[in-house]
Amino acid sequence: MTLASMKRKYEPRKVQLGPDGERVATSAMIASLAAEGYDTVAAPFGHALLEMAKKDEKIVGLSADLSKYTDLYVFAQAMPDRFYQMGMAEQVLMSAAAGLAREGFNPFATTYAVFASRRAYDFIAMAIAEEKLPVKICCALPGLTTGYGPSHQATEDLAIFRGLPNMTVIDPCDADDIMGMVPQIAAHDGPVYTRLPRGKVPSVLRQYKPDYQFQLGKAQIIKDGKDVLVVSTGFMTMRALDAAKKLADDNVDVAVLHVPTIKPLDTETILAEARKGGRLVVTAENHTVVGGLGEAVARTLLTEGVTPGFKMIGLPDEFLEAGALPTLHDMYGLSVEKVVQSIKGWL
Amino acid sequence: MTAIRRQSAASNVSLERRAWNIRRKALLMGEVQGQGYIGQALGVADVLAAAFFHVLEYRAEDPEWEGRDRFLLSIGHYAIALYAALMEAGILPEDELETYGMDDSRMPMSGMASYTPGMEITGGSLGHGLGIAVGMALGLKRKNNPAFVFNLMSDGELGEGSTWEAVMSGVQYKLDNLVCLVDFNDQQADGKTTAALARGREEDKWAAFGWHTQRVDGNDLKAVVAAFEAACKSDHPGPRVIIFDTTMCKGIKFLEEREITHFVRVEADEWAKALTVLEEEKPQ
Repeated sequence: MTLASMKRKYEPRKVQLGPDGERVATSAMIASLAAEGYDTVAAPFGHALLEMAKKDEKIVGLSADLSKYTDLYVFAQAMPDRFYQMGMAEQVLMSAAAGLAREGFNPFATTYAVFASRRAYDFIAMAIAEEKLPVKICCALPGLTTGYGPSHQATEDLAIFRGLPNMTVIDPCDADDIMGMVPQIAAHDGPVYTRLPRGKVPSVLRQYKPDYQFQLGKAQIIKDGKDVLVVSTGFMTMRALDAAKKLADDNVDVAVLHVPTIKPLDTETILAEARKGGRLVVTAENHTVVGGLGEAVARTLLTEGVTPGFKMIGLPDEFLEAGALPTLHDMYGLSVEKVVQSIKGWL
Repeated sequence: MTAIRRQSAASNVSLERRAWNIRRKALLMGEVQGQGYIGQALGVADVLAAAFFHVLEYRAEDPEWEGRDRFLLSIGHYAIALYAALMEAGILPEDELETYGMDDSRMPMSGMASYTPGMEITGGSLGHGLGIAVGMALGLKRKNNPAFVFNLMSDGELGEGSTWEAVMSGVQYKLDNLVCLVDFNDQQADGKTTAALARGREEDKWAAFGWHTQRVDGNDLKAVVAAFEAACKSDHPGPRVIIFDTTMCKGIKFLEEREITHFVRVEADEWAKALTVLEEEKPQ
């Protein structure tokens, strides 16, 4: 433990109130991410999977004591004979999913993103990815979506799974993404890691683009603009769209390119958009700036000799604080206000 | 499964001779590379002979046949032993023996599913096989496929936490189609397994978890066969384990008497000597 943190540990504290004098408490792990102004869909993953499972009898579900908190319970309750409760045992969760895939099944394994990426990694790498088995690993609490502290904040999961050959890596933004994604990953004949917004999940993308359809491996322009190109993934696309509205008031015209599939990356679309000159390119992700979308985009641009102004919004290379989620999003630059501020500062 | 309904068991070649053949092929592969996990291969040869020529249902000409019993090699470094058994079983062509460990060989040093017919999983990262076996056993039950899943693991893997996750899971799902084979040669990379984590009475641990448990001399073919039969025929409503106490380098006296380590060093001229010694012990 560093001396600095020791010092902090022994400093007495007082209650800190929010701007309106309210108490700001640590958000529970089950907190939904629904932002104001958006409709929400309850447990979109669970319902979409159940619909797919009705058509594809090879689909089975497994969880390591987190079916409730990954929305898998919807499937598990409707099809109990196709659900395997593996207990608090993430290693055998992944190994058994591999074994079921070997026997011809289409397993969806759920846990929290931290446990899949940290605790079960070797089992995902060797039992699943090396064999290119079609196991779909669907993980709640991606990045900074809980104020519970580093034990539950998967801030480096995308970097970990991007580095793993054969993996398809997805960071969906909203309920529209999830419901579009489930049938596509079910049909994908290979391993998938997807982050999973769960609970009451906002419906965002169709509010901006009514005909929006998730397409595996494709980036899509959700909103066009001539001053800034935000290349974003996960819920940061929602933040980017909200920030774009505010920036419009200051006559800053922001385009938002949503990149739900981190790997394989849709380099063609990213390059085409970045080549439309004169726009600052800003990547935005709910993930450490190390090894995620931002660095993937930077590599894509640089190796192709496309060099617009380039900035990254993401989490710092640190273990993050515990606290209330809005406080933390503000602290680490993921809130709408901070995104607006960052972009203005760069122009 | 009813043991001894096997096509493989119909042969009039004795199990002793099968084990001898497996040892001989492993030594020949070791000679090709000048190295190999020969101590383990010689030690586990009797278990493999019983498995492939008395117990397992398979079709040599169709290694992916849906009705086959699944035989998982969790211990990738034992590949040299399994290649020998697969050749003896006619699943791998014997004329590829000399490619062992070479570039572009179908028989890499560590067993991998994508290289070798008959190799069900990629081993090597220890503590993986039993968990995969749990998933396959669940899958077979879903399909109403009566095949068994056998997982061959080492005593060193008893130290991996993932093994015990799978042990509990097998009981939870009453996997009576799952048989775990533990090669207990009391040898891991840094020394004796019993001086590391496997200090207790292993058979008692498995039994306490709810497994049908046996511990036998893994170099006594009659005992090995009897244990396989008891495991497969038992009406125990859950998974089965057989712990085989084996002797590293079994069958080659001068190697058996050497100071045994995880990776037994064999000098260049000793491969031929070992084969000569083995030749003198050739069973009918």
